[in-house]
Amino acid sequence: MSGTKPSSLWPVAIQWSAPRTVTAVIIIALLAVLPMIASALESSYYVSFATRVLIYALAAIGLNFILGFGGMVSLGHAMYVLLGAYAVAIPASHGVTSGFIHVALAVGVCVPLASGFGAVALRTSGIAFIMITLAFAQMLFFGAVSLKDYGGDDGLTVAARSTLGGLDLTNNTTLYYAVLVTVLLALYLSWRAVLSPFGLVLRATKSNPRRATALGHPIFRYQLTAYVASAVVCAVAGVLLANLTLFASPAYGAWTLSGELIVIVILGGLGTVFGPVVGAIILLALEETLPTLIDATLPDYKSNWMLLLGLFIFFVALLLKRGVFGSLPASVRGERSKPELP
Amino acid sequence: MSALVTHALVKRFGGVLATDHVSLTVEPGELHAIIGPNGAGKSTLIGQLAGEIASDEGSVRVLGVDVSRMPTHQRAQLGLARTYQVTQLAKEFTALDNVLLAVNARAAHNFRFWGNAHDDDAAMQKAATALAIVGMSHLHHAEVGTLAHGEQRQLEIAMALATEPKLLLLDEPLAGMSQGESAAIISLLKSLKGRYPILLVEHDMEAVFALADRVSVLVYGRIIATDTPDRIRENAEVRAAYLGDEA
Repeated sequence: MSGTKPSSLWPVAIQWSAPRTVTAVIIIALLAVLPMIASALESSYYVSFATRVLIYALAAIGLNFILGFGGMVSLGHAMYVLLGAYAVAIPASHGVTSGFIHVALAVGVCVPLASGFGAVALRTSGIAFIMITLAFAQMLFFGAVSLKDYGGDDGLTVAARSTLGGLDLTNNTTLYYAVLVTVLLALYLSWRAVLSPFGLVLRATKSNPRRATALGHPIFRYQLTAYVASAVVCAVAGVLLANLTLFASPAYGAWTLSGELIVIVILGGLGTVFGPVVGAIILLALEETLPTLIDATLPDYKSNWMLLLGLFIFFVALLLKRGVFGSLPASVRGERSKPELP
Repeated sequence: MSALVTHALVKRFGGVLATDHVSLTVEPGELHAIIGPNGAGKSTLIGQLAGEIASDEGSVRVLGVDVSRMPTHQRAQLGLARTYQVTQLAKEFTALDNVLLAVNARAAHNFRFWGNAHDDDAAMQKAATALAIVGMSHLHHAEVGTLAHGEQRQLEIAMALATEPKLLLLDEPLAGMSQGESAAIISLLKSLKGRYPILLVEHDMEAVFALADRVSVLVYGRIIATDTPDRIRENAEVRAAYLGDEA
């Protein structure tokens, strides 16, 4: 087609002056200085709220890896968040407070579990895949409810935050930066993986699995690896969530949270690396501000704020097919954006 | 050794015999064409050879290896490459990325998470070469969904070639093409002939008789004749079943 450059075999992956890149850089910069702004405003609440947003973003980054790039619609990814949270709460109730053990336990349980669940679920696709992942998540949810020694359906409070070497996570700002660094690391890793030879096949399994197979790619192996990797990211998010809230409960694995993660991914923009961060900021900010906003303007309708949120999501889905972040141009010359851009 | 040997291959859909004890061979360097009316079971046969459709009876050997029970991707790794009657491409990818995906299918270590796929100079060169063979060098960065129908069909062939095949299965490469586009593909097929063993399923009689070394006629899942193009043209049974009186 016209406008392409036959001489260049290697298109530039990131265009630093493209609106998408600029937006991502501005958001990261704002996140980096957020605790300072919060302390200037003398409002420590913003730090813990932003931490929660970033933890949701992290889980959504994990889900996006298979949903946005592999086309696997998992309606059960909150179960891995649940798993991570209990990997903190259960050892902590026995006096084991080491964050390294918490993370190792979360990953150590998550990998075999996700391998088994994934191997079964990936025998199917489409609606059946959604249903099977949902069923597994419900199993884990009720499994957590049945843990009577660990709070049952009331959940389990965590006495103190994990100890992590020299890092003092009891300080909210330190926890915030630990989460931010984890999010940036996850973004970097998923960006690299998406552009890698592995990622090329993964994206092909979303676009045309039949063709990828006919070429000779063992796509099941690629899909399962991606599924497990995405589950691990969600488990780490669960570890961080339990540290933030000092609480773990079966509700962390509720299917509504799995659904919320999907909404975050789609809101931000399927098939973009940075989209989940934008989606998490928008969704959680709306959930936070809409009730107060309506209370101030139309107090009679305070309980109907979800209606407004639903309308917003409806219009994003209707008008921005590529999500909020995904709709920003990824290149300066107006060429069609490529999926590998952050 | 024959590139492809099928022995008494059978596929039933309910009570219908879609493939009725088909035995055929493709010899090294041979272009063996299969013709037959609509619904004769040509695409089913290709699907069975590629492994997408499980055969009920019979065997398939590729380069002497029995692949009858082998999954699709392993057959492809043996060197069996195919194109589809209805193009099967990664539509959101660029043309070059589609071919790169094909090149990487042959790479020994493609399970890599780190390096950028576009930084693999050797693979990129192979992909560019395959695009050049089908005359699409100017379309490297075109998104496949925006390509013309004929260009998408050419891309399918480029992808098949990029896997360094030892046997090509081409399922109606001329389907739905304009005359000009057909001419380009026919001359491309001529240039491939002799370099790869090719099993060509095609409706276009002119093309088949111009290209094929041998022609098999498939009717209701059964091969009623296999012979040189000239003798097939004269075969009374074939005329009655397929070509019609004016042929």
